[in-house]
Amino acid sequence: MLQIKQLLKRYPTGDLALQRVDMAIPKGQVVALIGPSGAGKSTLIRCVNRLVEPTSGQVILNDRELTKLNSNALRVARRRMGMIFQEYALVERLTVMENVLAGQLGYVGFWRSFLRKFPQSSIDEAFRLLDRVGLEEMIDKRADELSGGQRQRVGIARALIQDPELLLVDEPTASLDPKTSRQIMRLICELCEERNLAAIINIHDVALAQMFVQRVIGLRLGEIVYDGPPTGLQPDVLTEIYGEEDWQATIEKVDEEDEEEAAAAAVAVAVVVEEGVGS
Amino acid sequence: MSVATSKPLGAARRWKKPPFIKRPLLRWGLILGALIYLVLATASIEVNWLRVYEGLDRGWRFVLAFSQPDFISRWTDIREGMIESLVMTVASTVVGIAISVPIGLGAARNIAPLPVYLICRGIITVSRALHEIIVAILMVAIFGFGPLAGFITLSFATIGFLAKLLAEDIEDTDKSQAEAIKSTGGSWLQWINYGIQPQVMPRLIGLSMYRLDINFRESAILGLVGAGGIGATLNTAFDRYEFDTAAAIIITIIVIVMAAEYSSGVIRARMQ
Repeated sequence: MLQIKQLLKRYPTGDLALQRVDMAIPKGQVVALIGPSGAGKSTLIRCVNRLVEPTSGQVILNDRELTKLNSNALRVARRRMGMIFQEYALVERLTVMENVLAGQLGYVGFWRSFLRKFPQSSIDEAFRLLDRVGLEEMIDKRADELSGGQRQRVGIARALIQDPELLLVDEPTASLDPKTSRQIMRLICELCEERNLAAIINIHDVALAQMFVQRVIGLRLGEIVYDGPPTGLQPDVLTEIYGEEDWQATIEKVDEEDEEEAAAAAVAVAVVVEEGVGS
Repeated sequence: MSVATSKPLGAARRWKKPPFIKRPLLRWGLILGALIYLVLATASIEVNWLRVYEGLDRGWRFVLAFSQPDFISRWTDIREGMIESLVMTVASTVVGIAISVPIGLGAARNIAPLPVYLICRGIITVSRALHEIIVAILMVAIFGFGPLAGFITLSFATIGFLAKLLAEDIEDTDKSQAEAIKSTGGSWLQWINYGIQPQVMPRLIGLSMYRLDINFRESAILGLVGAGGIGATLNTAFDRYEFDTAAAIIITIIVIVMAAEYSSGVIRARMQ
């Protein structure tokens, strides 16, 4: 459904962020994109909806070439690509409801959105989504009154009300505690399954990625160095992606995930351990 | 693992904040130069103490007039001048804001394309370069004496102030919030309305209230060059040596400025 061909991005500073990346993602597949900071993960997903303009190469969503679209056609195409951000990127002075309805901006005219007179169907959908992510009580709160986990739930609802075919998710858990991180990852993956959505999730936390996704792509210096199932992330692969480090603890932790949390906490160095199994 | 024991006594390492200007010669040279300039500059001011002594008497009469301000004998003039000033102030602030907002949007580098940016910055620079009094003299020359010249002057001055500060606030907005709105596929106007406006609204309102304040105070001055308002009345009072009436006018101005200051403070506090 999503095809990326020979995607190359060179920033004006001369940095080559993406070096002819190729990938294809079928409908309904959730992919984790891992790699060290500066590997080009953020650039890659922003090149898909052209928040960052790619230098060359093609991005094809459902047979439509996104890299060639003019600005109006791009707006139409962006409606079907929901995006979830690291620091939530909610408009802080707007209410939860306004933030969610902002996901409908591509579908309604300026005056309707300016007067906050959204169609009833949009409002119904917003209520449904807020129920689904567990924020039915928060509708008229301002976004900056919410906790990190709640904000990210609003961010998820905003992306989903776009009725997307593809989710672009940029470090959804980087600002969250370990327990909330898992809840958010679980929620995103569940929703993708319910709606048969494809998703690219940039994520730093390898163990967390392994728990939830079917496929992992490893990026290093703008090149794909691993593409396969999460179980294939052996120490040599992680070394290839991130560089030399003791990876044993990270991998063991995932293996023992369902067995005993005390043991896991003892061996693991990764941050995720604190939380345990039950949540 | 105590750090203290690992070092022999007496070898404590000293630390001082590095100086702002590294080269000692340059640093002391600048300090010395500033001092010499200060002494010379102060010495160059000529004070005619005899004139001051005579002037004290006049000043004292002026101060005395404040103890018995005369609101009565010229009340009609004061009232009309005040109303004229207030009308001028409110009208010029409203018009000034209405023009400033689009110019401010255009002058923010993060949302406007380069040509638009340069034009809008140019307008702001012109408005800021010309002092109100100079603009007022020009406007009086074009439109004749009266509040119309003052109204246009103040509207023009408002642009330089409000558009510049609004543009700077827009440039300081959080990029990710705007990016998120852009990624939903909204139009440019929707992007401004959802992504930018909520971030700058409190400051825009605060600045507008502040500008209302400034415009009122300026309107009292503009009368001196014939651009209408309470300043004209004040000028007449001074010309006739009616210090008690002048005192009444100044007290009225102070009261109104304080009231505006207080209410704008309340409004800004409520806006977060």
